[in-house]
Amino acid sequence: MTEFILGHYNYWVVILLMMTGFYIVISRGNLIKKIAGLNIFQTSVFLLYISIGNVSGGTTPIIADGFTRHSNPLPYVLILTAIVVGVSTTALGLALVVRIREAYGTIEEDDIHRLDASL
Amino acid sequence: MIEASPSLLLVAIPLLAAPVTALLPPGRLPWLMTLVITWTCLALAIWQLQVVADGSVVSYELGGWAPPWGIEYRVDALNALVALIIAGIAAITLTYARRSVEREIPRHQIPLFYAAFLLCMDGQLGISQTGDVFNLFVFLEISSLSSYALISLGQRRQALTAAYQYLIMGTIGATFLLIGIGLIYAETGTLNMMDLNVRLADLYSHRTVHTGFAFIVVGVGLKLAMFPLHLWLPNVYCYAPLAVTVFLAATATKVAVYIMLRMVFTVFPESLVALTPTGLVFLLLGAAGVLFASVAAIYQPDARRLLAYSSIGQIGYMLLGISYGTALGLTATIVHVFNHALMKATLFMAIGALIYRIGSSRLDRLAGSARHMPWTFSAIVIAGLSLVGVPGTAGFISKWYLLLAALEQRDWLIALVILAGSLLAVAYLWRLVDAMVFQAPAADTQPPREAPLSMLVPIWVLVLANVYFGLDTRLTVDTATTAVRLLTGAGS
Repeated sequence: MTEFILGHYNYWVVILLMMTGFYIVISRGNLIKKIAGLNIFQTSVFLLYISIGNVSGGTTPIIADGFTRHSNPLPYVLILTAIVVGVSTTALGLALVVRIREAYGTIEEDDIHRLDASL
Repeated sequence: MIEASPSLLLVAIPLLAAPVTALLPPGRLPWLMTLVITWTCLALAIWQLQVVADGSVVSYELGGWAPPWGIEYRVDALNALVALIIAGIAAITLTYARRSVEREIPRHQIPLFYAAFLLCMDGQLGISQTGDVFNLFVFLEISSLSSYALISLGQRRQALTAAYQYLIMGTIGATFLLIGIGLIYAETGTLNMMDLNVRLADLYSHRTVHTGFAFIVVGVGLKLAMFPLHLWLPNVYCYAPLAVTVFLAATATKVAVYIMLRMVFTVFPESLVALTPTGLVFLLLGAAGVLFASVAAIYQPDARRLLAYSSIGQIGYMLLGISYGTALGLTATIVHVFNHALMKATLFMAIGALIYRIGSSRLDRLAGSARHMPWTFSAIVIAGLSLVGVPGTAGFISKWYLLLAALEQRDWLIALVILAGSLLAVAYLWRLVDAMVFQAPAADTQPPREAPLSMLVPIWVLVLANVYFGLDTRLTVDTATTAVRLLTGAGS
């Protein structure tokens, strides 16, 4: 049992990060904190993919003498794409927050709702 | 050597055209460029549909790498029909959009606007063509990111918060999809949809696969605004620039329905789906969505918001069709995807014409406009009848098939829900008609003029399409039947 828990420690980290990020996105009213939460949430998925690709005792996938046991390179490539997507999302999200701040003068969700309701 | 393939061209042309469009000088040129590209895509989509309409499958290997190792574009009747919807709606929206875009978008941003529009369409077309689940995720994010940017260009500041809210919800949805894909990749080591179907058949009882399935269904459910995950939708449709609302309302959720169909019927084997309560969940949420959203639509003070809630209700119908999983139910869903794109595009375009002349879509501001804008008004009435499902319109065909599917299962309660949904549609559309015909306009308002011809022509093309596809169902029902045969036969 302990071996199972310790042997999968990277997956426990993934779950912890995933839930932390998801909770921040749901519970925080500050628009920037929400984006930060989203980032943590996405990062956990990157870790998940990297864990999947790892082969115990495997090396970087290079074809050369002395390298016989390789980690699976495909998840790493996939996650590079996903990281690019994540960065773009963050950039776009933060740009939106800047525009929201210019339009409303606040980045707190509650205040924004109040300003819209008072129209 | 790159061979000409409609599916490759459908994805490559808009993708390459987008940066070029962004560099064009502001003015009419970006619009013209986008118009040409979208009509080219429509021609390609029609060509592609003709090739696969007989039930054949066209496969294109990207870079010459054979599947399942390389990315494969795999097109059958369903993919081709979805591509036709996207390209067709994009082409007609672009024809309509020039005036409303010139009014809503600052002049220097117009090239960027059209570039983002092309990217959004490209992402959706990519989703419709690809046979690789990770590629599908990437295309989903291409279309989503560009749609967040497009939505935020709306004139009122609520557009910014709507775009932000959609960004958060959409990213959570897409990340759920990514988690699901990761989990099934961990189990099978493949990303090709056909290969996944074969490999997952042996692993259907594994818990990892079940978890992956749950993540994917919830993630796609967020994207398709499945009740109760629909909260992002009304604000987006209400505050986005008009052309964007027309395009997204007609295609974005439909593409998500397509992803759901592919995931539930192609990627995951029937043996796994049968173990899960997927059908029941879709049935309950679909029925709840139809009733809740249609009732909510009645109480909206704004025509765009009213139609947005109506869209959520219509998605409920599509879920009901999926939930049965029978040939009739799936045919109903696929035909409704097509028909609903037609009617919602017509309605949002007509509302757009009202906004163009009156400056608002609030029902009290629309008072008495029917007399001054008879063509726009009659377009709303005909598309509305189609939305209700009156015989002789496209909406009738899909409602009829859905009703048959419910009766085939002897599901009287759902048959009642479908009919109640139609009655509620009469109620909320009547509010629109009532405001436009019977309410007296405020004394000091100028009577609006009829919408410009460049808007009326695309609107009426769609109105006639609504009637045409209600009478001649060869394209919709026959293609859907072929698609369903391939969809349900894929596992055997």
